[in-house]
Amino acid sequence: MTPVVELKGVTKLFGEKRALSGIDFRVEAGEVVALLGPNGAGKTTAIAIMLGLRKASSGEVRLFGRRPQHLGARSRVGVMLQESGVPDELRVREVIDLFRSYYPRPLPTGEIVARAGLEDEGHSLVGSLSGGQRQRLYYALAICGDPEVLFLDEPTVGLDVEARRSFWEQVRGSVVAGRTVVLTTHYLEEADALADRVVVIDRGRVLAEGTAAAIKARVGRKRVRFTTPHRVEPALFDGLHVEGLSTQDGVTTLLTPRPEEILRRLFEAGTDVSDLEVVGADLEEAFLEITREGRDEEEGPV
Amino acid sequence: MRPSAQTPQGREGEREVAPVLPMLIAQTKGELLQLVRDPAFIISSVALPTIFFAFFGLPVVDERTAGTGAGDYLLASFGAYGVISVMLFSFGAGVAAERGRKTDVLMRATPLRPAVLFCAKTLSALLFAFATLVVLFFFGRVAGGVEPGMAAWSTLTYRLLLGSTPFIFLGFAVGYLTRPTSAAPVIQLIYLPIAFASGLFVPLGGLPEIVQEIAPYLPTYHYAELAWSAVGANTKPLLASALWLAGYGVAFLAAAIWAYRREDIRRFG
Repeated sequence: MTPVVELKGVTKLFGEKRALSGIDFRVEAGEVVALLGPNGAGKTTAIAIMLGLRKASSGEVRLFGRRPQHLGARSRVGVMLQESGVPDELRVREVIDLFRSYYPRPLPTGEIVARAGLEDEGHSLVGSLSGGQRQRLYYALAICGDPEVLFLDEPTVGLDVEARRSFWEQVRGSVVAGRTVVLTTHYLEEADALADRVVVIDRGRVLAEGTAAAIKARVGRKRVRFTTPHRVEPALFDGLHVEGLSTQDGVTTLLTPRPEEILRRLFEAGTDVSDLEVVGADLEEAFLEITREGRDEEEGPV
Repeated sequence: MRPSAQTPQGREGEREVAPVLPMLIAQTKGELLQLVRDPAFIISSVALPTIFFAFFGLPVVDERTAGTGAGDYLLASFGAYGVISVMLFSFGAGVAAERGRKTDVLMRATPLRPAVLFCAKTLSALLFAFATLVVLFFFGRVAGGVEPGMAAWSTLTYRLLLGSTPFIFLGFAVGYLTRPTSAAPVIQLIYLPIAFASGLFVPLGGLPEIVQEIAPYLPTYHYAELAWSAVGANTKPLLASALWLAGYGVAFLAAAIWAYRREDIRRFG
């Protein structure tokens, strides 16, 4: 079966700068895939190449088995781009109707408006929309051709927590309908909420790939720090997943994927804990770690 | 996204791409709405020629110039001025604004055909140019009693609309080479002196000799010649002006293609 998207050994150079170095990437019909990576990792470049908005310096790019610029391939795709706009002088429904005319089998305008939650803004000028409303309009434009695959490039950047969650609900609605989704994000939480496969990229390379849960386990460690009057014996945490345990001047620090188990063990032992702190090892940190692992693998065992 | 419609290999036996004509109609409507709702465009392109005619033309409607009525002559001049304005601003400032807002990025990701977009822009610009001429002719007739006759009006209209092609290309070139905020000032800066030097505001006979010598090398001058001859003014042979315009058309087209390619490599390469 032809994959929806296929990149083979794709490299992209901007002048001297290497944005992608030999990416292999494949999305099958019905999959929801997240490209996860820090800013500047090459996610947006990768999406632009899949959509034919940028040309690969080398390697092969296929969209439904065709060149991504092919109108037949494009007619089966919906996109939400990070950096793009629509004319401010048009009203919401007018833009939707305009975009509907680009596709062979558009959804009815009313259905698009309802799905995107734009019922109250149908007659507003695009120029007067708030950030969240604008984002919903972009979503409406992405689905108006009844696409088989949705590309979402950093779809919730700049949205508040509530708007982000309601957007995820919308996308999940699409996923239920069995469509393919390719999204980029630098929020692990977003990848986890939406995707069944996560591809971690950084510096233009694929560093890790797997289910959201697997990636999360790998990068989702929390840093636990607390102060005790007496030295904590490492044996206290026997059987628990603990890394980097260190105690200095009564302050204990450790990394764990399940901090609640650590706390339970401490309380059960009646340890007198003060200044307790549980911090998510943030994504940047996690990426640094995966990146380091990636480099180690490349360079081989030392 | 109706689940029933999906098969992994696409929907066989159905239309693969959208039909062109409805797309063209929708796009033209979109372009027209954008222009109608842009006050800067309406004032500088549609209203200004009539306002200029009121200032420069009305006081002299009963005089004669270049072998014809001064009212008729200036009606042709400002008609030419107006149509070029529409072309330069709708294409130049329009394209620059699209680049600035990155509307073009999103459109490129859709199956919109570039040729449809170009035709829609041309159609809507022609409609606006036509409206500009109608407003001007109506004002000239009502306020100044300028009435060259139906034949002259229609000759003037079709010559001005057809002859405006080089300025569409020039507009595109400017639109790709300027920033959204600088497009309109750049156009004014280029266009106003050239229009003046071509005798569009004041008939050439009333301008300094040096300007009279430069004028026959300007595209706007030859474009205006098409208009002046339509209202019975003494002009050089029409074919000569048509050839000059065609030459400029080729040059501006080359500039537009060069500017487009430069943009294409920078932002979409």
